[in-house]
Amino acid sequence: MSLFLLLAKRLAYALLLIAAVQAMNFTLIRAAPGDPAEVIAGEMGGADEAVMAQIRATYGLDQPVPLQYARYIVHSLTGDLGTSYLYSRPVVDLILERLGPTVLLVATALLLAMVIGTLLGVAASRRPDSAASGVITVLSLVGYAMPVFWTGILLVLLFGKVLPILPIAGMRDVRIYGDGWVVMLDVLHHLVLPALTLSLVYLAQYSRLARASMLEVLGTDYIRTARAKGLPESSVVYKHALRNALMPVVTVAGLQFGNLISGAVLVETVFSWPGLGTLALDAILGRDYPTVLGVLTCSAALVIVANLLTDLAYRWLDPRLRGRR
Amino acid sequence: MTSVSRRDVLRAAVATGAASLFGLPLSTLAAAARGGVVVIGSTNKPRHLNPAVQSGIATMFPGVQIFAPLLTVDGNWKAHPYLAERWSISDDARSVTLQLRKDARFHDGRPVTSADVQFSIETVRDNHPFKSMLAPVNAITTPDAHTAIVRLAEPHPALELVLTTSLLPIIPKHIYGDGQPVPTHPRNSTDVIGSGPFRVVEFKPGEHVILERFKDFFLPGKPQLERIIIREYKDTASLLLALERGEIDVHPGLTEPRDIERAKKIPGVNVVPNTGPAIGRLVWLAFNTANPKLADKRVRQAINYAIDKHFIINTLFGGVHLRSTGPIAAGSPFYSKEVEAYELDLDKARQLLDAAGLRPGANGVRLALTVDAIPGASDQRAIQEYLKPALAKIGIDVSVRQSPDFPIWSRRISNQDFELTLDSVWNWGDPVIGVHRTWLTANIRKGVIWSNTQSYSNPRVDELLAAAGQERDAARRKALYREFQEIVVDDVPVAFLHEVNLYLGYGKRIAEPVDNIWGLVGPLDEFGLKQG
Repeated sequence: MSLFLLLAKRLAYALLLIAAVQAMNFTLIRAAPGDPAEVIAGEMGGADEAVMAQIRATYGLDQPVPLQYARYIVHSLTGDLGTSYLYSRPVVDLILERLGPTVLLVATALLLAMVIGTLLGVAASRRPDSAASGVITVLSLVGYAMPVFWTGILLVLLFGKVLPILPIAGMRDVRIYGDGWVVMLDVLHHLVLPALTLSLVYLAQYSRLARASMLEVLGTDYIRTARAKGLPESSVVYKHALRNALMPVVTVAGLQFGNLISGAVLVETVFSWPGLGTLALDAILGRDYPTVLGVLTCSAALVIVANLLTDLAYRWLDPRLRGRR
Repeated sequence: MTSVSRRDVLRAAVATGAASLFGLPLSTLAAAARGGVVVIGSTNKPRHLNPAVQSGIATMFPGVQIFAPLLTVDGNWKAHPYLAERWSISDDARSVTLQLRKDARFHDGRPVTSADVQFSIETVRDNHPFKSMLAPVNAITTPDAHTAIVRLAEPHPALELVLTTSLLPIIPKHIYGDGQPVPTHPRNSTDVIGSGPFRVVEFKPGEHVILERFKDFFLPGKPQLERIIIREYKDTASLLLALERGEIDVHPGLTEPRDIERAKKIPGVNVVPNTGPAIGRLVWLAFNTANPKLADKRVRQAINYAIDKHFIINTLFGGVHLRSTGPIAAGSPFYSKEVEAYELDLDKARQLLDAAGLRPGANGVRLALTVDAIPGASDQRAIQEYLKPALAKIGIDVSVRQSPDFPIWSRRISNQDFELTLDSVWNWGDPVIGVHRTWLTANIRKGVIWSNTQSYSNPRVDELLAAAGQERDAARRKALYREFQEIVVDDVPVAFLHEVNLYLGYGKRIAEPVDNIWGLVGPLDEFGLKQG
């Protein structure tokens, strides 16, 4: 199948999926007890019926739910995801503001997990019975078994007071302003702990996966052939074996992208990282329907894009796929 | 001492680490970034920055720096000129004339005029949730560009205090008067233009508000600080950690005894009690008086006698909070302590229950009740748990009900779906603003939180509050409120437990802590750093 057809088919699926996500979430969030007008009134320190009625009217909450849904769908087709009740700003603006940090966090974590995980796995696979391999295996198991928020809290404890060399909250030191690169370095400084935390679980998984898959590949005939040709060991391992051994890692990484985003919600909350996750959490607690829906729609789109990238990565890794399917 | 020196060593390590990380000498960075910058931490997230249409600390706190009020108030409840340089009240107390400063400008350079004052007062009157504070305002006339006359339907002594707070910010008519409804106006959160000492540089909801000195502010030489940054934290634990790490200079409200102890141990940090006494954060146990189980005042009094307020304050809260004896906070000029204190008296409590016809059953239980609490408030949770053994002593079986989040609690309480609940209701300075709402029969409103959710009704209280709201003579007004306090305390629609004592934690390099009854909800234009 040509790349164009693949993309067109994926786009059609994507639109259907997003419509389904919206319909489901629209129903679900309204099933939660509590009224946005009450939350806003609570934040205001109390409000009378007139103010509450005005709030409901402004946000269209006095309309029948099916009509609200129809409106939402029509508006979202034009790229308008409504106005946040909590922040009284367009949801699209809020999401765009928070999308960058989340993508930065998730992409860094994924990159760390894949690169370090694979390298560790390869290292472990080359001498499967050595002590180093054992250590890597045990660490992987521990990393895999630790829930991400728990790792996060432990790191906050360590770097919060005992060893205060890394920031534990937020994305920027608000006192630092000025040149772009100073701010950039500041952001990187803040990124260390959240990205590390989020990557640990996956790092562990990928290293185990890479190890197993490398062991399998290293036993195959063409590796024996490569060695027989007298190729240097590093070339055999990294050029011939690794490329094939990477397939399962890429598959799992693609499949798990959704998990990675939910992990990001937890990590963002622990480290007050100003991404979509913290936005979603506040929005749910505040019954801020449009923001919750907007964030979920956006995460669905992110997962779809990630899956598409996975497919493209397959085609790059395995030339046989380029003409097939 | 070892821990301090270890921390210092680590700080030094941090400094070198950071310096090498940024690839430039830290000193230059510090000089550029820290000159007159104060970072204030907060756990309150503002929805937007316009306090004209949004109550609550979260918005008022940045709001009062951005939008100047007409007057300010010192620590002794005395009002002073601010945006208005003079004000006078007519003999019949039905009009208040305000003379504005002629040099005041909005952050976009436009002058502040009487038309803006008229627009602001009308906007607040028509949209602010605290209806009572401007309800008697009939009209505002503007004889010239710098004179505004507020015409009142009846005398309204609370008005002066209303003018001193961010409850009545002066907002620009040329921005908010464009016909869009102000409560949902887009300029409440983007490109906010005010008239106060600081202007908005950046507002990121859920992250921070960065404010910068407004160079054309009407008071010469003020404000002192170059920047005030309000940084949001997800909970009190991370806020305290930020103070320990030196990430923030000011912790606006320590309330937990252990947090206060920890903050006092931080080198370079002062901790002072009782900030913003006018706000009067009362915590009480509210009764649903419409519930047949609790309709008899003797039952409510019995429960009140069975609760040991000293245990709550001294044991549960390490002695940090203040005793609350009635609906008006102890810091208010209208506070009366001549009321029944309901000191612990189990015999009296049992007698009252006997008299109300509630005899112990076979298992010793006279009555079963459920108690709610605002979710997420750890202090209320502790009291909730305490009530179970405390009321068991007089034969009342208490079950604790939790609400998963605020909207669910709010819905239950405001729809009278409760028996007992812990609640926190704030005074907001004058009784007309924050006290009347809880006790007036006319304010029993289904679905409205912090109205008269107790369904309490006493015609004499209604009369007294109506009279006190209009009484110009301070002594007579005080007498009216004294009788009101006596009656409400005797009727026990709520059992008064304590007033939250807010401790301010601030870095010692800050020269001037706040001296006004509103605490940090007043303008911080005198806030400055020590020389050198």
